[in-house]
Amino acid sequence: MWGWPLKTNDRKGLSALENFKKDFPLLVDSDIAYLDNAATEQRPRQVLEAEREFYNKYNANPLRGLYALAMEATERYEAARVRVQRFVNAAKPEEIIFTRNTTESINLVAYSYALSTLKPGDEILISIAEHHSNMLPWQMAARQTGATLKYLECGPDGSFPEAEVVAAVTTNTKIAAVGHISNVLGKVMPVEALIQAVHAVGGVVLLDAAQSAPHVPIDVQKLDVDFLAFSGHKLMAPMGIGVLYGKKALLEAMPPFLTGGEMIESVTREGATYAPLPHKFEAGTVNGGGAVALAAAIDYLESVGMETIHERELQLTRYTLDGMKNMPCIHVQGSGRAEDHCGIISFTIDGVHPHDIATILDADGIAIRAGHHCAQPLLKHLGVMSTARVSLAFYNTEEDVDRFLKAVCRVRREMGYGE
Amino acid sequence: MASRTFYNEILTDHNLHPSHKEKLPDANLILEGVNPSCGDDIILQLKVENNEIVDGAFEGSGCAISQASADIMLDMIIGRTKEDALRLADMFLRMIKGDVTDEELEELEEAAALHDIRHMPSRVKCAVLGWHTMEEIFGKKTEE
Repeated sequence: MWGWPLKTNDRKGLSALENFKKDFPLLVDSDIAYLDNAATEQRPRQVLEAEREFYNKYNANPLRGLYALAMEATERYEAARVRVQRFVNAAKPEEIIFTRNTTESINLVAYSYALSTLKPGDEILISIAEHHSNMLPWQMAARQTGATLKYLECGPDGSFPEAEVVAAVTTNTKIAAVGHISNVLGKVMPVEALIQAVHAVGGVVLLDAAQSAPHVPIDVQKLDVDFLAFSGHKLMAPMGIGVLYGKKALLEAMPPFLTGGEMIESVTREGATYAPLPHKFEAGTVNGGGAVALAAAIDYLESVGMETIHERELQLTRYTLDGMKNMPCIHVQGSGRAEDHCGIISFTIDGVHPHDIATILDADGIAIRAGHHCAQPLLKHLGVMSTARVSLAFYNTEEDVDRFLKAVCRVRREMGYGE
Repeated sequence: MASRTFYNEILTDHNLHPSHKEKLPDANLILEGVNPSCGDDIILQLKVENNEIVDGAFEGSGCAISQASADIMLDMIIGRTKEDALRLADMFLRMIKGDVTDEELEELEEAAALHDIRHMPSRVKCAVLGWHTMEEIFGKKTEE
């Protein structure tokens, strides 16, 4: 009979870092082992308080009212934009567009930029590892413009060799849109080389940073990326606030995505002139509380420090992979190296459907994801129907992982296999 | 703990050792049922003669709940009339909603092992896949 823990001294060597869990009311008030952070992270008290403060003290419709309260609301909303600008090191605040989430940000670029610039014969380059939200908008754009959608293929470990990425770029490549970090395998895409190659042929690159923005430092100027999209809720902000970064010259030339209130300069019976950036792309009442809370989440994230977050998540990933390594019948997707996972570990258990794994773990208060992770083409490419997925955040603890490891090695027994 | 008992022996046994998971070459009613969100997939095959289900089988793949539930259903409906099978389906679906009498629960035999699935809303669609597919097979026939 085998089980977890295998040895009692496995935790040696892990530095005693601060317990961040105490900042997260949900984690304090429940005994859940929350290991579904790639789906959405938890919110710290500081973020919840910032959103509450906005509605308690500054609630008026931003960018509209001429009275003091509305101006304060506007000020806070625009200050949040500057906070995001600094977070990704954009050159100008108006290059930051607030959206609902990554999906909306990508759709904005697909509908506005792609539909207005692509012609038959042009190529859109994405990868087989994309989340559906960075795949379907480009399938749409290709269909509507007659452009060709091309896929970068990854190896069995989820890696995209730099040379192959560069070689896939042709003189027809007008847009490349890739995930920075895979939400299934946690593998990082060699984006620097891709951006260089695409720029060399005059194309633009969109980076889906949904999985990377919470975990690795991002500098849009250093990357020289043209568009970058991420969601607030994956980095501890509320659901319903997201970001699109775009280079000013590109955004200025693009037609609006959604039209209506707030995004206009003047409207007549016949038409309208549009507001300058960034408001041209923020039709309708904005998510003021969400934006302010996103700024607070970035403050919190940077107070912990990207380096600490990275180091802590790497430790936890290594600890989890070490624990799973010798378990019979368990197969980790992708590489065996913690460095290749960015806290995301997808796995299968022989003879047990991932949904049953998730249900069994749920009975022990352990939350993991199971299914196709909105990446069906990738799973097909890897030759699996679906997987279970553990995804770690810096506020997780070795105890969370221990609970997971202990439960996961009981799964086959629970399902009636005699071992 | 709650679902420590959920995957009881009845379910795990039907999942690991199904009696009806095979191809039925002389089936005259065949329908595929799919849960697109989770990938559960069964191909229900029935041989119906003079309104009686004389044989049945299923093929496919999916979670233990979908597969065991389909196997249990076939155990119960083979040898019954179409109307009787549909009556059981109605009873089973009501059980999932918590609207079933003790007598009915008894009549559902092994299918009653799925009684507690109503506490796991995300898994209900797995449990009902086989039953809904059977309803559809007969529904389609009566429409024609």
